[in-house]
Amino acid sequence: MNINNIKKEFPIFEEKIQNNDLVYLDSANSSQKPKVVLDRINDFYSKQFSNVGRSIHYLAVAATNLYENTRTSVQKYINAKDKNEIVFTKGATEALNLVANTLGQAILEPNDEILITELEHHSNYVPWHFLRKSKNIKIKFAEINEDGDIPIENIEKEITDKTKVIAITHLSNVTGAVLPIKEITQLAHSKGIVVVVDGCQGGPHLKLDMQDLGCDFYAISCHKMYGPTGLGVLYGKKKWLEQLPPYQGGGGMINDVKKDRISYGELPNKYEAGTMATAQVIAFDQSIKFLESIGIDNIIKHEKELIEYGQEILKKNNSVKLIGNPKERGGVLSFTVEGVHPHDIATILDETGVAIRAGHHCCQILHDKLGIPASARASLGVYNTKDDLDKLNEGINNCKKIFDL
Amino acid sequence: MNLKELYQEIILEHGKNPRNLGKTENFNKEAKGNNPLCGDNVHVYLKLNDQRKVEDISFEGSGCAISMASASIMTDLIKGKSDNEAKEIIEDFLGMIKENPELKNNILKEDDKTKLMCLSGVKQYPMRVKCATLSWHTLVSAMENDGKEITTES
Repeated sequence: MNINNIKKEFPIFEEKIQNNDLVYLDSANSSQKPKVVLDRINDFYSKQFSNVGRSIHYLAVAATNLYENTRTSVQKYINAKDKNEIVFTKGATEALNLVANTLGQAILEPNDEILITELEHHSNYVPWHFLRKSKNIKIKFAEINEDGDIPIENIEKEITDKTKVIAITHLSNVTGAVLPIKEITQLAHSKGIVVVVDGCQGGPHLKLDMQDLGCDFYAISCHKMYGPTGLGVLYGKKKWLEQLPPYQGGGGMINDVKKDRISYGELPNKYEAGTMATAQVIAFDQSIKFLESIGIDNIIKHEKELIEYGQEILKKNNSVKLIGNPKERGGVLSFTVEGVHPHDIATILDETGVAIRAGHHCCQILHDKLGIPASARASLGVYNTKDDLDKLNEGINNCKKIFDL
Repeated sequence: MNLKELYQEIILEHGKNPRNLGKTENFNKEAKGNNPLCGDNVHVYLKLNDQRKVEDISFEGSGCAISMASASIMTDLIKGKSDNEAKEIIEDFLGMIKENPELKNNILKEDDKTKLMCLSGVKQYPMRVKCATLSWHTLVSAMENDGKEITTES
């Protein structure tokens, strides 16, 4: 599939949004959906629907097979060793909560330390914060450098003999910094530390190879990968998922239930309690196929060109200040405009169909560190073009005009 | 939708040069407000004297042009009013932003009402209504002095 012509695969770009063509620069928040994914949801509900994993009638068996096919596709896409290392969740947030909660129950002791970074999204901080209260766990923050990167030294110097877990983003949703997960994992594992990766932004923008990265857990947000909302994936090494306790109890996750004892199901059922987001899982198979049909190498190349172009034009624009200057930047361009609050920027851009996000992007720790209450963020997807970035720049110029700058 | 209606000159001017910014001396009532969606925050201070009159009022905070202008205009108009008058103005303003086509109170002079009506542009921008109302809700909390932090998400 040719990436330069990809907008036509996404029905939303045929719509007029407040009489404008849509310039969608909010994919780090959530990506748009290609027609194949939308059609799959409709087809499944219209022609094939049944709950999975329970009944033995024809539709139930067929739906179960489709559901499990996605698990296999995800396994292959992220190069996990075993199909049972793929757990579906309601989102990356739930995946990270699952890991924090079960590691907290099983291996963490009072005064143990979790090392996270100043770049983390709230979903990779708050679940660990819960353990401060419940288990007296300490949380330490690896600091960003002036480029908005986390060099491995900044991680290394925060590690103590109390550090049990490093929970870290693969790609910052604000500075765009890509972190060296493989090296961090090697370092961590040499000290017996568990590595949990927030792969929300890594998923759509980077090549995912779990066996190469070596991390113990990796959380994926499917709706940022051209898939449906309400769905996430937790990759966890088999040894961990087997050893850790279940997270939620209910139907489907049990083996045997008696009045005085309960035994739990095998992987991955152990972590998939209740009726799962069945249609979303089945449609996500199409998202994976869509990504594969373009090829991650082509996606990376395309987005790199756009990022470089975006940086170039925004750097030329007086009064625009780009946030972060990481060695490797993926997917996002966050910025401020001197004299215009990010919310005003977002409203003014919206008037011409340019959709960006303004605020702290669920990264208050980082914004506090940067000394700004909020920023504006343009984030990319496969469908974006240089023309979109030109419209962003025009919109910024319009802000300056309105604010008489 | 009309950006010119939202960003009227008076809003831009108050946004750029907010009045009553800072922490007033000898305040005896205060409250903090917070919009977790965007990170806007405001801290309102006021001095209510023995005659229940707002002797002084100020605010600290950071936010968009709309929120800064709204806090600026609010403090300007509330200063010197009795607490009952202030409450009536607040209620009237919030009612206007929510649904009423115009202001109904007989306390403010016409040109002050015109100033306030400049904020009515947010009605067309539902996501921005909170920017205009945060400081007003915070003022209510300060006057009632229950010390409760206001959040636009509650």
